[in-house]
Amino acid sequence: MRRETLILEPGRAEKEYWRDLWRYRELFFMFAWRDIAARYKQTVVGVLWAVLQPLLTMIVMTLVFSNLAGLPSEGAAPYAIMVYAAMLPWQFFANSLSASGNSLVGNAPLISKVYFPRLVIPIASVITSFIDFLIAFSILIALMLIYQFWPSWRMMTLPIFTALAFLSALGPGLLLASINVKYRDFRYVIPFIIQFGLYISPIGFSTTVVREKLGETLFLFYALNPMVGVIDGFRWAILGGESTVYWPGLLISLTATITLLLIGIDRFKRAERTFADVI
Amino acid sequence: MDGIAIRVDSLGKAYQIRHGAEVRDRRLSEMLTDEFQRWFRRGGDRQSTLETFWALRDLSFEVREGEVLGIIGRNGAGKSTLLKILSRITDPTNGRVEIRGRVASLLEVGTGFHPELTGRENIFLNGAILGMKFGEIRRKFDEIVEFSGVERFLDTPVKRYSSGMYVRLAFAVAAHLEPDILLVDEVLAVGDAEFQKRCLGKMQSIAGGGRTVIFVSHQLPSVVRLCEKALLIEGGQIRTSGKPEEVISVYRGAGTSEAINVHLPPDPKKYVQLTRVAIENDDSANGDLPLSLDRPILVRVRLTAIEPSRELALSFALLTTEGTVVFASNSPNAGADVSFAEPGEREVLLTFPGGQLLNREFVCRIALWSQSDGILDEYETAPVSFVARETQRLPVQLNGLVAGQIGWQVMEPVCQV
Repeated sequence: MRRETLILEPGRAEKEYWRDLWRYRELFFMFAWRDIAARYKQTVVGVLWAVLQPLLTMIVMTLVFSNLAGLPSEGAAPYAIMVYAAMLPWQFFANSLSASGNSLVGNAPLISKVYFPRLVIPIASVITSFIDFLIAFSILIALMLIYQFWPSWRMMTLPIFTALAFLSALGPGLLLASINVKYRDFRYVIPFIIQFGLYISPIGFSTTVVREKLGETLFLFYALNPMVGVIDGFRWAILGGESTVYWPGLLISLTATITLLLIGIDRFKRAERTFADVI
Repeated sequence: MDGIAIRVDSLGKAYQIRHGAEVRDRRLSEMLTDEFQRWFRRGGDRQSTLETFWALRDLSFEVREGEVLGIIGRNGAGKSTLLKILSRITDPTNGRVEIRGRVASLLEVGTGFHPELTGRENIFLNGAILGMKFGEIRRKFDEIVEFSGVERFLDTPVKRYSSGMYVRLAFAVAAHLEPDILLVDEVLAVGDAEFQKRCLGKMQSIAGGGRTVIFVSHQLPSVVRLCEKALLIEGGQIRTSGKPEEVISVYRGAGTSEAINVHLPPDPKKYVQLTRVAIENDDSANGDLPLSLDRPILVRVRLTAIEPSRELALSFALLTTEGTVVFASNSPNAGADVSFAEPGEREVLLTFPGGQLLNREFVCRIALWSQSDGILDEYETAPVSFVARETQRLPVQLNGLVAGQIGWQVMEPVCQV
């Protein structure tokens, strides 16, 4: 049997980076499975929590924005479904962001004792949030049944937008994770970022409303928030009918996502070298 | 790289130590306030200084395939840093390491375990963390379970496991990784004696199977038993390498053989404490002479009481550097009362006769305790050896710790005609 020769020297890890990540691919699912299994063992309400959180927020937002503020839905879609179609990717994004942001510190003993590509940890925590996303998805189906709302062929494109949500959570997640290792009190900032995002993202209301208020130019700035594109996509896919995608906005969100992802990976890789010494 | 499993070439690892500010747990808020202060004060008086600390410096050695190498050295000598680099946890600062084959490390096994998950689940999790493929774990699953001996608790969360069971399971997983190179830190200390034997056996079979083992341990006897070669690290550099027996003798010699005299800083939180411990020969007030094992040995302990202290007791134990108690004694058994009726200071002298010990390295442990409060203060000396005098060197080196007082009688040969 030919044995591979591994060379360790300063900066060497860089060259093997992606190949190594591929070699450890099973670990992503192992870590995700560990977190899910442990969570649902500890709390019986684990599954319930994944469902209740988006459901209750959706109900509140529907009451506030539709019943009180009287904002219009998109096309013929019931307001509740329109909100929930945005709630799904948002919850996924928010959970991923806070889980991946805290993931490195949470796995500190492992990082200081065993080698594996560090990138596995934050990515696995996004996968964990993805399972919650799937559970919460069942509520969407229930809502559609209740409102007798049938999706169109566009529903088939949902995986694409889910992947986009995945990437848009990963970029900032990696960034937060590496900052969190260096500055331990940064974790207090994460919930604030998430709360802030909940208000500025078009979750309780349609993007069309925002675009009409802001005008085309200002809206392009608004679309710098990666979640704007993701939510628009989700609504386009789920609501069908008259719901439309505003392409320039989506393009900007996409660019923002990719930029953040690249920055996140770069920062993470740079910080990674010293994790074991700092953590 | 024929026949070489690991080649380490002028390896160095430096850490930045920050004085004035703790580098480990930096806080964003602190950094911001620091920046803020600097902004306004220009220069700021809380300037922290960086100091470079070389944990390893210019280390070079080779390990042949199938060799079992023992690494010994005192705490902080750089052993763990070396293992961390070899197991890729941290990057070297300079130099180069070539490793041929799959590496598995047993650095503190069980860190990959999740307490809520069952033994079965943890085998898969830990295997994956160590780099095993799912199919590979499933193939070896039965073997792992059998070796660990925890069949009955396979579906119990590992948080209910005893520490012994924990280590057994973790070792079983790591051992079945079938690595070409196995890095073993001080992990065997936890299991029971029977399991230790099996682990060492397994390690030997690993080595016998053409695998390379690097074994870091304080258990010098295991190093002698298992390793063909040993490396002594001191201050981040290789002090010596070669046959384990020879390296260990250098290591042992590295302890002091001079009289010990330690003054301990008073701790206001303790109402009574040890303030001085000294070990000397009965007549060596003259200091720098090596301690002689042929003469009576005197241990001086100074006690200081801030409050009246009743029911005090003092214990003394002489241990090997591996932690085996050679002998022990205490004040209640000796009928000595060390209590204080009022605040004050007193000295306690313990004497044991010369000629009892062999030329080994020992540690003295002194504990101050009371019936009601348990241990009040404790001190363990640095390793100290008692040297035989030039004139009394034995012609043949002896095994053991104590000089057995054995009478020899050799009869005249009887002629058989």
